[in-house]
This record gives sequence, structure tokens and C-alpha cells, in this order.
Amino acid sequence: MSKLTITDLHACVITDEGETPILRGVTLVVESGKTNAIMGPNGSGKSTLAYVIAGHPKYTVTSGSIDLDGEDVLAMSVDERARAGLFLAMQYPVEIPGVSVSNFLRTSITALRGEAPKLRTWTKDMKAAMSELQMDPAFSSRNVNEGFSGGEKKRHEILQMGLMQPKIAVLDETDSGLDVDALKVVSEGVNRFKDQNDAGVLLITHYTRILRYIKPDVVHVFVDGKIVATGGPELAEVLEADGYESYTTAARA
Amino acid sequence: MTAPTVAPATDLAPRIFSRNIDDFDVPHGREEEWRFAPIKQLAQFFEPATWGSVGVAGGHGALVEHVDINDSRLSQNWMPTDRPSAIARAKATHAVLITIAKESIHSSPIVVNLENSGKNSYLHVEVHAGAFSKSQVVLMHDTTGNVNGSMLSIVGDQADLTMLSVIDADLPVTQHLHWFTEVGRDANFLGLSITLGGGVIRTVPMVTYRAPGGKAQMLGAFLLTGHQFQEHRILVDHTEPHCTSNVIYKGALSGEGAHSVWIGDVLVRREATGIETYELNRNLLLTDGPRADSVPNLELETGDVISAGHASATGRFDDEQLFYLQSRGIPEALARQLVVRGFFVEVLNKIDDPDLRDSLMHRIESKLGIVDHE
Repeated sequence: MSKLTITDLHACVITDEGETPILRGVTLVVESGKTNAIMGPNGSGKSTLAYVIAGHPKYTVTSGSIDLDGEDVLAMSVDERARAGLFLAMQYPVEIPGVSVSNFLRTSITALRGEAPKLRTWTKDMKAAMSELQMDPAFSSRNVNEGFSGGEKKRHEILQMGLMQPKIAVLDETDSGLDVDALKVVSEGVNRFKDQNDAGVLLITHYTRILRYIKPDVVHVFVDGKIVATGGPELAEVLEADGYESYTTAARA
Repeated sequence: MTAPTVAPATDLAPRIFSRNIDDFDVPHGREEEWRFAPIKQLAQFFEPATWGSVGVAGGHGALVEHVDINDSRLSQNWMPTDRPSAIARAKATHAVLITIAKESIHSSPIVVNLENSGKNSYLHVEVHAGAFSKSQVVLMHDTTGNVNGSMLSIVGDQADLTMLSVIDADLPVTQHLHWFTEVGRDANFLGLSITLGGGVIRTVPMVTYRAPGGKAQMLGAFLLTGHQFQEHRILVDHTEPHCTSNVIYKGALSGEGAHSVWIGDVLVRREATGIETYELNRNLLLTDGPRADSVPNLELETGDVISAGHASATGRFDDEQLFYLQSRGIPEALARQLVVRGFFVEVLNKIDDPDLRDSLMHRIESKLGIVDHE
């Protein structure tokens, strides 16, 4: 049983022109076995929340806390957070030229477990995980994200999540740029991962479409750097019908 | 002395071919070919001196000989193309001659450890790969002191020669090295230049073809840390039809004062129809402070080619790559190691011998202070 607790989190970007606040007091709890959806318009800061949880150096936390099962996440380096059980499926994963998917995954798993996985079971596990996501076995010899299509990138992110088995996974717009077939495959991967690991999921999305395949327990509306409304799955249906307008106008007022 | 050969003007090829030192003016730094070079540090190579010659360490088989510079088996045709190379040819007393007999097949690499007495030296090395032979020659420049000279690879008809030149010198050392390659009919040449250290290193590789059908690849991996200078000035002179050339140089630079220069000249002469050529330089700046100059030049005298292209790019070490790898639990030092390995892998994977490949990668990583976590 794991619990990620975010309390009154403020974060900004520091540039030569000064500080630009992006997160303005986020409070949120993600628990094992539960799916929290965060929905919001472009520029609301929802992706920043994902990056801040993972520890991206571009963002500076000015106040508030992130706690995973009693451990201070903000005191951890990026790799320590991953080893503590946090995972971020990225919206725009970067290319790593010259590093094959299989080498990358094996290096990562070795770092996470503290020992190299046995070669025979590892190859079998990786092949099985890839076939569940309908990925070609040749994929593992390609360089990380190099020349991947949008769908391949997202499948690769979900593949990593399944193999790394984090306690809490943050999915940053994993649905964006996917056609409906790919969306189904990716969603099934997320559901399988969550059921098998009793993991907590924080699903960040702009559209309600993915929520037809991944059922949220809680839906949050995220506007202007904070959560402005929280409800059950029915809130997503309201957003689908009415959009974010009433929330964005309220935030500006 | 005979009169120098003066070639017709092109923008890229050398004009003068001569063994007479005085046929070449002392460079002053404003000439196109010298404009990037630190003339002061190289000045010791512009006037003849009484230096010893680079030899070979330890026992070596019949393939590798330390011969008198007047040995008639050394190339009589090859001519220096600048003042340092003319001086080195004139003043060297001995040469290292590596002869691969025709039709002989060598499955393991022929490793040659070049050495000197620790003082400034002239170098002359020739590799003669006989027709239909297949071999890999590894030249380890285990020299100390400053070195000026030339390496020649003469690739016989349909021969297959891989030649690896590894310079891993101490910091204050200055070196000026020509590397001339002549590719025979339907021959296959792979040259790998690995330069991992030294104060001022200038290499001048030149590839040309003796007959149609030759293939040449010139690959380089270079590394600069701190106050170091390296210039790699490559010329591929397409003189024959139906040949190919492929140049890939990759450099990683770290620290204030590191400066690299890569010049990739490709000249396709009127008679060199149906050729394919490509050249690429990529530089990776691992920290703030280094400078990398990169200048590809392509001069086409014929439009009748299959393909001709070049690419050049210099980029900073990508913090997003580091973030991505770290977010998968990989510690920072190991993440950097993965990225640098990935950067050089395209070049180093051309080395067939796994032990040699791993040892070179290990040298690169230890130079960069990347801790090995495996």
C-alpha cells in the first residue's frame, strides 16, 4: 500500500527575466489501486506538475511538499525518485542515439533492482511485455526513441512502466497523438499494469477520450496552476459536454 | 633536388608536391590551411632539426620492420604537401615499414607500438597492403615528446585494409601527423583515427584513388578535456570513377579552453564520375567552455555523381537525455556514460576486435572521469 501526498505545492520557472510561477498550491493524494485523472486546458500547468513530481531541473519548488510513504520526495535526485517507486510516462520522450532499447531497459532495471536481471528470464519477460503491447520484437534493437512514431514512443513508455513496476505512475498526456487503435492497446497496458501491481495512477490528459478505456476513481479539474474542482467519473462527462470554459472564466475573475 | 610538382589550381587540393623543404614557405597563420592552427606551438615543426626517428617497441614479426629511410621499398612516389611533412621526410633517419604480403589473410589485428626515446622525433610509417590481402593494422602512438611525420597506407588492388591510429598522448605534447592513403582498384580501406589527448594535435588525413572501384572510409573519434587543441583536416581527392568515400568524425569536448577544428574537404575531379561521397562531423560539448569549429567543403568538377553530401553539427550535452535516463532510475554518472558511449558507438563499432573496442571505450570514459558502474 503506497501513498503519494502532494501538499500546497508551488513551483516556478526561473529565467533571466525573473520567476514565472506555474504551480500555485496543488494539494493531491494518489494511493495504490486508485486512478486520479487530472484534466485541464492547455497551459494550465498540468504537465509541469508531472515534471515537478519527477524532479525535472527546469522547475524550482518554492513551497509545499511531496511525500511518498513518509519519504521526502523533493529531497531526492531524479534517479532516487525512480528507485523510490515513482514513474513518469513522458509526453515527449527524447532520443538517445546509439543506445538500444534493450540495453537501456536492462540498465534501468538493474539500477532499480540493485542487481542485473538474469539474462534468460529477462529476455523472456521483455518479449512477453512487448507482445502484450503489440510491439515488433525488432523494436528492442532500435535506438531509444530514435525515429519512433508517436504511437511507438507511447508504447515504449508503457512498456517501461510495465517492466519497472513503480508504486505510483504519472502518465503525462499519454493519449495525445494516438489513433483509436493505439489508444486501446496503450490503455489496456495501463490497466494491466495497475491491476497486476496494485499501483496508483495519476493520469494527466487534455481529452476525456482516454477515460473511456481507463476508468478514473477521481477526476480533478486543473486550471491556472491548481486544482479547482474534484469529483467522480461523472465530472469528466460534464467537461466533455461543457468544456473548461466555466472554470477558466472563474479563474480569471 | 628535382623541381616540385605544381598541380592545377583547385580550391581544396594541395598545390605543391615536393620533398624539397624550401619549396614550401614557412606558414604565418593567415593561409587558408593554417588559419585555425596555433602557429606558435607548431613553429618547432617549421624548421629542420636533428631529432631521432620513431621506432617500434618490443619484438615484432617479419611483417613489421624498422628500416633505413633510404630503403628502396619505401614509397618513391609519395610527396609531402606542406612544410612540416617535407621536413619530416627529409630529416627522418628511419621508417617503420609494415608489409602485408599479397593474398595473405590476417584474421587477428597486427598491433604496432610506436615509440621514441622520449625526445622530439620525426615519424615515417608505411603500411603496404598487397593485392587481395586482408588485414587490420593498429598503430599505437606510445610516443612521448613532440612528433612530426607522416603515415602512408598504400592499399593494393582488391585488398582490404583496416588501419587504426591511436594517439593518447600526455598533455603538453604537440604532434603534427599526415596520413596519406592511396586506394587501389576495387580495394577497401577503413581508416580509424582515435585521438584522446595531447596539448596540440594536428592531423592531416588525405585519401586518394589509384584506380576505379575503390572504397574508402575515414572515421574519427576525438576527445578534448581542458586546455587542448586538435585539428583534423581531411581531404578526400576523388581522382577515379566509380569510387566511394565516407567520412565520419565525432568529437566530445569538455572544459574551458578545449578547442577542436574539423575540416572535411572533398574534391570530385572531372574524371571521377559515378562516385558516392558523404562526410559528417558531430561534436558533443559536454560542459560550458569548449569551442568546436566544423567546416565541410565539397568541390564538384563533375555533376555525373551518384551521390555527394555532407553534414555537420555541434550540440551541447542534452540535459533532457540525462533527465530521461535518470527518471528511469539510472544514476547520473552512468547516464552520462550511456550517452557518451552512444555518441561514439557509430565509430567504435567499426572496430571488429571486441577487446580493442572495449579498451578504447574504457580509455575515453576514464579520460572523461566517467565512473564505471558495471
